[in-house]
Amino acid sequence: MTAPERGLLYNLVERARRRSAWLFHLNTGSCNGCDIELVTCLSPRYDVEQLGIRLEGSPRHADILCVSGPVTHNTRAALETIYAQMPDPKVVVAIGSCPASCNVFDGSPVIEGPLEKIVPVDVYVPGCPPRPHLIIQGIAEAIELLTEGRMVAGDIQ
Amino acid sequence: MNPVQALLALLVFPGLAYAVPMGWLMLGGERKLRARFQGRIGPPITQPFWDTVKLLAKWPAPRVPGDMLMLTILPLLSVGSALGALALLPVRAGDSGFTGDLILLVTLLELPPLCLILAGYASRSIYGEVGATREAVVSIAANVPFLTALIAMATAAGSLHISAIATGTPWSVRIPAMLAILLCLPVKLRINPVSLANAEQEVLAGPLTEFDGRLLALWELAHALEWVALSGFVITLAAPFRSASGLLDGVLFVAASVALVPLLTLLASATARLKIGQATRLLWRWASTVAAVALVLSIVMRQGGR
Repeated sequence: MTAPERGLLYNLVERARRRSAWLFHLNTGSCNGCDIELVTCLSPRYDVEQLGIRLEGSPRHADILCVSGPVTHNTRAALETIYAQMPDPKVVVAIGSCPASCNVFDGSPVIEGPLEKIVPVDVYVPGCPPRPHLIIQGIAEAIELLTEGRMVAGDIQ
Repeated sequence: MNPVQALLALLVFPGLAYAVPMGWLMLGGERKLRARFQGRIGPPITQPFWDTVKLLAKWPAPRVPGDMLMLTILPLLSVGSALGALALLPVRAGDSGFTGDLILLVTLLELPPLCLILAGYASRSIYGEVGATREAVVSIAANVPFLTALIAMATAAGSLHISAIATGTPWSVRIPAMLAILLCLPVKLRINPVSLANAEQEVLAGPLTEFDGRLLALWELAHALEWVALSGFVITLAAPFRSASGLLDGVLFVAASVALVPLLTLLASATARLKIGQATRLLWRWASTVAAVALVLSIVMRQGGR
């Protein structure tokens, strides 16, 4: 496949994607530790809104899906629906150890994780819970992936 | 108003060419100021522009064709009616509009909330329906004082002509009427004390839950235009005189629109979201009372003057 023509419009869109990433946060059975750390990123101390990042209420509006928690049996359908509802281009960020490895819940009969078995994961943020700095770094990496726009102009395999 | 003037008003000032950047500036200023009031740095003031570009570049989600028609028409209608309302604003002394333009302007200003309510129901999302119901209840509660105050001003001025109302309403009626209109302004802009229709996180994204990409960008644009149109409407009604120079009037109009943003933002950041009962009670009890006082005063004045 040839590289896309980098015209003015392409650069504008690229810049817009870098400056306006909207998050959707989904708790798939997390203990709330990671959720609290994610919300901390929006507080005056860390203030991710200065990067144009906004926590959105609807998956339809979002660019980045932040998942915390090992995927439990009850939340699996919600996760699949929400992932399907997000418009392309989209990126998935796994926040904390639970979505990466199921953490201490590994082996439980009600756990269907880890997350990568169900949806493709782009960025892992390690920690139990991860510090807000690390979450912001993970989101920044996700924004870089968004900016590349892997799914622009029908690139989907 | 001849056709060329009307087209200029629609497309240049105070229409499209002015209102779109101004709306983005107002929304961006609101976000920036709210962040500063909360002790944050906040997004750059150009943020709404980047949000719009990003949303336009998203891939649309597949939908049923029947749904798609409805979900496309509603935001377009909303943008169009907000632009129409802007074009009718008598900013300069020269373009004095026509008799009855108040009724047309109010109708056009009421269309975007109505579209939003319909969109909430049409999107077939439970969160959209809850948001639409809240929006409907609150806008009925807000429209009673809003329209009463406008009727009071029209009665006092003896005209349905916006320019005549703006210049001809006596202060004893104008002050309570404007107070009632100002109390309704946060409701119509859906900002904080009465932001229960689009209550973020609480009902996901309210009526806009199911909208994505381009359609959401259109709604954001409609919202920005609503800011410009409503603040412009309040300013034209509140300003009792026009200067001789059209340019000076335009500059003052823009300056007053910009000055309204910090006031509304201060209110939004200083207050928490009201419950639906509290919001309707506030509007029915206080805004309606003030508007009723204005109406009684205007009727008494007309009887006395006759």
